[in-house]
Amino acid sequence: MSTASDSPPSTDTELRVRAGVKTRTIQVDYLARVEGEGALHVKTRGDVVEDVQLRIFEPPRFFEAFLRGRLASEAPDITARICGICPVAYQMSSTQAIERALGLTITPTIRALRRLLYCGEWIESHALHVLMLHAPDFLGVADVVALAKLFPDVVRGGLQLKKTGNEILRVLGGREIHPINIRVGGFYKLPSVAELQSLREPLLRARDQALATVRWVGGFSFPDVLRDYDLVSLWHPDEYPLNEGQLVSRSGLRIDVSEFESHFEEVHVAHSNALHAQKRVDGGAYLVGPLARYNLCGDKLPELAKQAARDAKLPVQCFNPFQSIIVRAVELVFACDEALRLIAEYQPAGPPFVVAEPRAGEGAAVTCAPRGLLYQRYRVNADGTIAECKIVPPTSQNQRTIEDDLRAVVQKEIRRPKAELTARCEQTIRNHDPCISCATHFLRLEIEDADELKQDP
Amino acid sequence: MKGRVRPKLAVWKFASCDGCQLSLLDCEDELLQLAELVQFANFVEASSKVQRGPYAVSLVEGSITTAHDRERIQAVRADSAVVITIGACATSGGIQALRNGADVAEFTRHVYAHPEYISTLRDSTPISAHIKVDYELFGCPINKQQLVEVISAFLHGRKPRIYSHSVCVDCKLRGTPCLTVTRGIPCLGPVTHAGCEALCPSYGRGCFGCYGPKESSNPASLMQHLSTHLGQPDVALSRLLRSFTAEAPPFASARKPYEPAT
Repeated sequence: MSTASDSPPSTDTELRVRAGVKTRTIQVDYLARVEGEGALHVKTRGDVVEDVQLRIFEPPRFFEAFLRGRLASEAPDITARICGICPVAYQMSSTQAIERALGLTITPTIRALRRLLYCGEWIESHALHVLMLHAPDFLGVADVVALAKLFPDVVRGGLQLKKTGNEILRVLGGREIHPINIRVGGFYKLPSVAELQSLREPLLRARDQALATVRWVGGFSFPDVLRDYDLVSLWHPDEYPLNEGQLVSRSGLRIDVSEFESHFEEVHVAHSNALHAQKRVDGGAYLVGPLARYNLCGDKLPELAKQAARDAKLPVQCFNPFQSIIVRAVELVFACDEALRLIAEYQPAGPPFVVAEPRAGEGAAVTCAPRGLLYQRYRVNADGTIAECKIVPPTSQNQRTIEDDLRAVVQKEIRRPKAELTARCEQTIRNHDPCISCATHFLRLEIEDADELKQDP
Repeated sequence: MKGRVRPKLAVWKFASCDGCQLSLLDCEDELLQLAELVQFANFVEASSKVQRGPYAVSLVEGSITTAHDRERIQAVRADSAVVITIGACATSGGIQALRNGADVAEFTRHVYAHPEYISTLRDSTPISAHIKVDYELFGCPINKQQLVEVISAFLHGRKPRIYSHSVCVDCKLRGTPCLTVTRGIPCLGPVTHAGCEALCPSYGRGCFGCYGPKESSNPASLMQHLSTHLGQPDVALSRLLRSFTAEAPPFASARKPYEPAT
């Protein structure tokens, strides 16, 4: 497992200024509209942000410990239970890592169906986040129910979009949450051409709805925040990344996914049940997810999605985290379009799954969960059991960057009233669609109180 | 609906994957209608507006794994007229109950560099081990249509129409040939609570017990059958019952004979 660095680099050391300056704290005890349990704690001294902690108090669940001794073939079903929002991501990374350990090569049909399955999860997860979790921040309402009173057609259409994503999961996976048709080597059963064709009409409507969503969110107003991120994404020469490719970064990294742990490490900080990932080279933070994919792989988007981005005035290189909502909507266009393409081309060939003789081996895989890279590595024994595994979910990779974003946003808006600043902090966190259940396999927001300015002892 | 106060519904999360409460947001066709019948008074995953209790109905997802959560569930009970647990974690301790009986200190050291930062209980336990529960809805994940049925039953003061037969019966209703009999595939269908519509067998894989033991099932007898007639080794039988509802009492006791002595 991770080796902790004894002194994680502190960016606020230089901000520790003279005593006697007033401090205030902003605190949100239970972050809403995120998946899982987290809190925010921000402490300011005078006009300077002193400390920011995204606290993850979701209880630890010890997946990597109890996977030892289980059959490698059980990993897709067990790791799916890390997250109800993105079980497919866990199934895709675990199956492919184990296939590498076993030296297994899948068929083109299985490859295409895995891509289609992932499109379903992207549509379901992005539609949920854009419409139900993030859009309310931009419009000053508490939830999607209140949003439905202001924009009934947008909400109805968005729910149908989400439903179409779930429909793909149901047809290919058997059910929406924790699909049962995914196994090491492929699928238990291949869908018929007619079953996939039944998705075509709803997907055509979903693609129109995704285009309408890009126009709608493109009209929101965005705080003027630009961040100089190091971005990390999967990159594929011919397609927008989902399951395959190399790992690339804005700072010039280009490696095989098996080298992930040589370049990234997890450290354990006191305020979180989630491990924080950082770059080994300089201990720096990095960002995974829609912004990273769009900036590093945007040229691979279909023309329809590129045109939608241009029409929404989304820059080709986007460093405003608040505009991630537009990027997600653009990715919704991609996912619907790609699903339609895969369905049109589908001709089942070969067996539903390929089989390998058990052997000892080790393999790693990185795939694109909707909220960012999901890394898994397995070492398997000759008897088919798991000797060791490592799981690095997207939110533990983004946690440091989210804290850095909060520091930048609070510093910029430090004179705003507490309620407004707190809302802004929550919106800042939601920019990255954190999934806390994933991260504890491991969140909590507190901002010390502006109304109760007090002398620091 | 005007002029009538809508009952307050609360959704609480303990150790879990969020999938069961997501089932409520996955009710794309029913969600807005449901919002006209109840107030989502405390549903943190979906809304930043939280209203104080008391609540007419509380849906509880997840198992109890920390001292803090052990206190929190008492407050939920005190503030709720009806408590309904949703999913395998809340009803049986869930997948994270695989730590029960294991060396949790070693587990913590294995996953976390600073075990001293982590506070956790030795066992993952179902909600019913801590408070009186009015209704338990099974599944990993739950069936969303069943969730809508249970909510509306409690809102109308009637008994939920949730059938209690086994997955095995659903296979017969679907016309799926028995995997154990025809193909020698181990299957928990005879002892598992229905609710998934016998999904896995229809895909050619044996049931692995997502919905937990049905009432008055006999998993010990099934294990014996799988051992004698299918030649399943002890370790396979133990694993079969050690998954998402491992600590549900019928499963926990039926796997004992097949587990290595500790």
